[in-house]
Amino acid sequence: MVNENDLRTIIEQVLSEMNLGQKDQESQKSCAACAGEPVIEEGCIPDVTEVDIRTQYLVENPVNKEAYYDLKQYAPCRLGIGKAGARYKTDPSLQFRAAHSAAQDAVFSDVDQEFVDKMGLFSVQTQCDSKDIYLTRPDLGRKLNDEAVKVIKEKCKMHPTVQVYVSDGLSSAAIAANVGDVLPAIEQGLKSYGIDCGTPFFVKYGRVGAMDQISEITGADVTCVLIGERPGLITATSMSAYIAYKATVGMPEARRTVVSNIHKAGTNPAEAGAHIAEIIKKILENKASGTDLKL
Amino acid sequence: MQEVILSVGIDIGTSTTQLIFSRLTIENLASSYVVPRISIVKKEVIYRSAIYFTPLKSQTEIDADRVKEIIASEYKKAGMKPSDLKTGAVIITGETARKQNANLVLSTLSEFAGDFVVATAGPDLESVLSARGAGADQLSEEEREVIANVDIGGGTSNIAFFRKGVVLGTCCLDIGGRLIKVENGKISYIFPSIQELAALHGIRIQTGDPANAQMLYRVCEWMADQLAMALHVTEPDKFHSKLYTNEGHPLPDQPKIQGVTYSGGVADCIYQESEGDVFRYGDIGVLLGRAVKRNTALQTLKTYPAKETIRATVVGAGTHTTNVSGSTISYAKGQLPIKNIPVLKVSAEEEQEPAAFRKAIRDRLLLYKTEGVLEQTAIAFSGKYHTSFRQIQDLAGILIDGADEVIRGPYPLILVIENDIAKALGNALNVLLERKKDVICIDGIHAGDGDYIDIGEPMAEGRVVPVVTKTLIFNR
Repeated sequence: MVNENDLRTIIEQVLSEMNLGQKDQESQKSCAACAGEPVIEEGCIPDVTEVDIRTQYLVENPVNKEAYYDLKQYAPCRLGIGKAGARYKTDPSLQFRAAHSAAQDAVFSDVDQEFVDKMGLFSVQTQCDSKDIYLTRPDLGRKLNDEAVKVIKEKCKMHPTVQVYVSDGLSSAAIAANVGDVLPAIEQGLKSYGIDCGTPFFVKYGRVGAMDQISEITGADVTCVLIGERPGLITATSMSAYIAYKATVGMPEARRTVVSNIHKAGTNPAEAGAHIAEIIKKILENKASGTDLKL
Repeated sequence: MQEVILSVGIDIGTSTTQLIFSRLTIENLASSYVVPRISIVKKEVIYRSAIYFTPLKSQTEIDADRVKEIIASEYKKAGMKPSDLKTGAVIITGETARKQNANLVLSTLSEFAGDFVVATAGPDLESVLSARGAGADQLSEEEREVIANVDIGGGTSNIAFFRKGVVLGTCCLDIGGRLIKVENGKISYIFPSIQELAALHGIRIQTGDPANAQMLYRVCEWMADQLAMALHVTEPDKFHSKLYTNEGHPLPDQPKIQGVTYSGGVADCIYQESEGDVFRYGDIGVLLGRAVKRNTALQTLKTYPAKETIRATVVGAGTHTTNVSGSTISYAKGQLPIKNIPVLKVSAEEEQEPAAFRKAIRDRLLLYKTEGVLEQTAIAFSGKYHTSFRQIQDLAGILIDGADEVIRGPYPLILVIENDIAKALGNALNVLLERKKDVICIDGIHAGDGDYIDIGEPMAEGRVVPVVTKTLIFNR
């Protein structure tokens, strides 16, 4: 039996005779790997969520790749992702699970307190004490707790023309992604129209209906909530604005005007904010919202 | 909810003058719970005028009064008043644009132009308009091929080619049906470069010679060969470059053109073999059409029927010049419509660097000063680099700083942006300027340096404005 060192010597000799000296180091490395020593590589595995699914086309031997690719540009759908036998390929399957996790995270995580502070908002809570109660008891998500009622009465300007507030709803990620652009854009838009705006704040575990109670407390003419939408598998960061003229508890849902799909790949958040400000102006002019108002 | 606007197209070409009225339907395609997206959803031609020979006083002068009479009578026939029309274009095309009094003709037509009709010309624009009128852009999308339209008129052949509906290039050659005219059996006019082309191939023709159909057909064959060269079907010869109008550029040779449509007066003679006297129009149009049809090099391309032939340019002018802006925009009340505003374009590189952005506006505004007075100008940029609220505030600051001369002046600050940020930017500007200055800030519009722009009266409850972007008036 030749021992390892002898073998190496022989190989080195052969290699140098073949004038491949420069490749010497590489072959040594691969030898080390063969010998079962772990090799630690620098770098990262590509992030599956970084893939733009509009541009990823994975069908092998397509009839007309270009035409399918062009179709894909119309919407971010999981089309033309190919398959391995009867199953998804590894990459799309990982992407799908990543998107699903992002959606779950968006629902179950809280809006970062630091973000709320940075936006200059104070926090109040509905009658829900946890995400579980929030998800299982929608009715409690529409009612503020006693503390919240007290704090709003203390800290907010009463009877403003417009009351804007922020609520996590079903996606905390949507709030973090969009409020920084939408809220100041609404405030600036209202300011440019000379419309007076109340004190904004944040409502944790909030459903859309909580705006009715808030409208009654503040006595605002128009109440607008920026709230996270139920996340999907395309985006977990979509936000809506629900706006109502003189909302009251128990009023018909049809009295709310909504602007939805505010996210980076939907309506540009800053532009959406400017648009919402104009809608608020129209609501004030017409003293009506929802289906009562023709936009 | 749909809204309709009426548009006029008037084309005063080398050989013919025509007019059409069309109806453009706009509609909000977005559902009511998202931000509106208003687009032109239908374009219909509702009236086509008769086709008139363009009245000329001499070889170098258009008969402006006769043109006016023609237009007036057609308005009457169609039952249209200038005030009915919201948009449209008057274009002087082909060789006619080179006539001495082209501008005068346009100004005599202004009373028919309604509040908002514009005068445009230039061979590049004409190539695109005629191709759109002929439907080559749509065809390229449907057939997924590279399609060129060759608009063979009296004086010029305008070519534009498209892939997936996007224009890839245009060119214009001095090849047309009326470059040799025939009267009473004799040649009454020959365009100099056509005479040269004929001579090069050993065909000597002169004004006053008897019109020999066989000989002139041979000249037309050489002209058709030149068209094949222009489409890069065959290699260009030495003479080819001399045929480009105003020493213009040829088409790019890539991507390869696969299909072709023909429009213009000569096109009808290409799609159908015509019988009878070949000189019945007093020119070589019939022969040229026949030569193009039979040209073996051109036959290697797939020939598609054109939606419009002789009327392609006028239909293009009447229906394809108007766009609508983005649906979230900002403008001062009472400042619209505005017409013929020169565009100052800030490049993408300059946009990304605040100092360069400011400097670009300041430096280029100087070009729009006449005798020390700044004329009305629109500032255009992509808007792709300022999308967050914070960035839009910075952008507003840069614009106020860079365009301070406009802000101090009598005209509104006009901004034309590609990316959807106009409303937020408009608000930011209005707050910074304390609403003391009128601001018109629109998006969804591409405009290049040296373009001119018209912005019409707001539509769809003030959400959008119709916009006409014009590329270089009289591109000499």
